[in-house]
Amino acid sequence: MAGTWVVVDQRDGNIRKVTFELISEAKKYGEVAAVLFGKGVEGLAPEFAKYGADKVYVCDDDLFASYNTGAYVAQLEAMIKEYSPNAVLFGHTVNGRDFAARLAQKLDAGLATDAIDFELSDGKGVFTRAIYAGKALAKVEVTGNPVLATIRAGVCEVVEADGAGEVIKPAIVATADDVYQVEKEFAPTVSARPELTEAEVVVSGGRGCKGPDGIKVVEELADLLGAAVGASRASVDSGWLGHELQVGQTGKVVNPNLYVACGISGAIQHLAGMSSSKYIAAINTDPEAPIFSVADFGVVGDLFKVIPLLIEELQK
Amino acid sequence: MKVLVCVKQTFDTEAKIELKDGKINDAGINLIINPYDEVAVEGAIQLKEKKVAKEVVVVSAGADTAMDAIRTALAMGADRGILVKQDVDADEYARAVALAEVIKKENPDLILAGHVAADDGSSQVPTRIAEILGLPHVNVITNLEIADGVATVDCEADGGTATYEVKLPAVISSQVSWNEPRYPSMKGIMQAKKKPVETVDAVAVENKVKVLEYALPEAKTAGIKIEDDPEVAAPQLADWMLNTAKIEVVK
Ligand SMILES: Cc1cc2nc3c(=O)[nH]c(=O)nc-3n(C[C@H](O)[C@H](O)[C@H](O)COP(=O)(O)OP(=O)(O)OC[C@H]3O[C@@H](n4cnc5c(N)ncnc54)[C@H](O)[C@@H]3O)c2cc1C
Ligand SMILES: Nc1ncnc2c1ncn2[C@@H]1O[C@H](COP(=O)(O)O)[C@@H](O)[C@H]1O
Repeated sequence: MAGTWVVVDQRDGNIRKVTFELISEAKKYGEVAAVLFGKGVEGLAPEFAKYGADKVYVCDDDLFASYNTGAYVAQLEAMIKEYSPNAVLFGHTVNGRDFAARLAQKLDAGLATDAIDFELSDGKGVFTRAIYAGKALAKVEVTGNPVLATIRAGVCEVVEADGAGEVIKPAIVATADDVYQVEKEFAPTVSARPELTEAEVVVSGGRGCKGPDGIKVVEELADLLGAAVGASRASVDSGWLGHELQVGQTGKVVNPNLYVACGISGAIQHLAGMSSSKYIAAINTDPEAPIFSVADFGVVGDLFKVIPLLIEELQK
Repeated sequence: MKVLVCVKQTFDTEAKIELKDGKINDAGINLIINPYDEVAVEGAIQLKEKKVAKEVVVVSAGADTAMDAIRTALAMGADRGILVKQDVDADEYARAVALAEVIKKENPDLILAGHVAADDGSSQVPTRIAEILGLPHVNVITNLEIADGVATVDCEADGGTATYEVKLPAVISSQVSWNEPRYPSMKGIMQAKKKPVETVDAVAVENKVKVLEYALPEAKTAGIKIEDDPEVAAPQLADWMLNTAKIEVVK
């Protein structure tokens, strides 16, 4: 069996952190290969070796310039048949889950998505999945050659390790006929802050911010901590923060080292997106707010008073 | 144009989850249409109101209770329903196969779905359906325009937003920010009772994924809570951030 494959998630050469997380974790099971799709991307190969990738399959072609399901799936399917990996892992990103599910169906195979923990063996994988928005856990078994899964960002640690990073260029078998969706436009989120799902620290603002001025206070704290800014649905619906920043059941699931909830009550749908954070701090005027039941450190108080003082203290 | 919407019945998002005999206990749980699917139903009805679509068919695979989800969609304005009777333990593969079978017979021009079910959190079924039917699929859409047999969609993407074009027929799955689903009117609810709903049995296929066990996450215990003047609380919070959470301050 030819080890574990990690499908690289990248756009314009920006590799998502989950790729390195998965390479590091897969390393525990022996040989690891990164599978890279793109155009003019061969130069990225050494990046994966740094985290222990023994091989890097580089699929470089105009067809792969940006993610498109049909061509990527056709290519990966052929490669799986040729090289027989034991398992193929994807990050549970927008592209990763689309890619994995389409591939799984093409191979008539099972797939575990959004796993938060896993164990691989020959022809088998056991995955822990958070279901009911994190209110329950299911342990599932996927058998197959290969075992297929998408893994949530932030659940595995990035560990540097030496890998040979041998570049392999498989024959390109995908054709223009495989392409069915045409990307007309891509508008990157312009922000100097780290991305929500990749950040070490997230500082979120809710209805308690009362308006753009309160959000500014939250942003100031975020920038001091090099953090991403997150939002509750209330602050998104009020138009204070962009929809892409919503944390929760219908927003993003975040897994930072520290989550700071400012003026957020802690509705069950919000908790669904952040309760697995390593540390949680909350600032809220209402001592009964449900957010305090998950907070490791809670301050009952007015965010307009507490945050500026906190910033002052942190700057000392 | 005929639009078909896949609706899954799920637990109310407020529901407290408990286990009974090692399984998720559904006793006394309020069941709703998966919130993303409700948005898909609304999107379909709006296409009908704009005269882009002629007919809206809703399909749900599951237990008899899923009839309620179908009736709700009909009350919102869908025209007819199909209940695909299937064991609730069917996995994503089995559900996709069962739904695809029905969809193939209906031969719609557009298949709408939610991008994820709030209960299983899988994000697989619409993609699998598209593959079975050999159709394009686009995911997490926040806007949809249809002209000359081509759908132009705005999607949430990793690190931004993307606009895609796909030829119809296609499977398109929605994000909640696409629209604000309407509440069924009294009149709608009355009319829904008379709208046709067909019941069929799911094609029997075996699950690909085996559930080994269900568990509840360890309850997070509340930690330190300071109810004191901000002048007292803020330094303690700062100290905790630096020394326990071990964050670094950007200078
Ligand atoms: C199907 C569904 C999906 C949903 N998905 C999501 C989701 O993904 N994400 C999400 O966040 N919500 C989601 N919601 C909404 C959720 O139920 C809550 O309505 C929402 O999270 C509330 O946001 P909030 O905590 O900012 O506002 P509120 O609940 O109004 O809380 C504001 C808090 O601020 C405090 N406060 C007020 N003034 C101050 C002050 N000066 N200083 C400090 N604290 C102050 C108050 O005590 C209060 O606790 C969903 C709901 C449904 C039905
Ligand atoms: N049993 C079902 N009946 C109808 N539609 C379903 C069913 N299961 C999943 N779907 C559709 O597929 C979407 C994604 O579901 P899932 O793959 O389970 O996360 C849902 O939002 C529905 O639109």
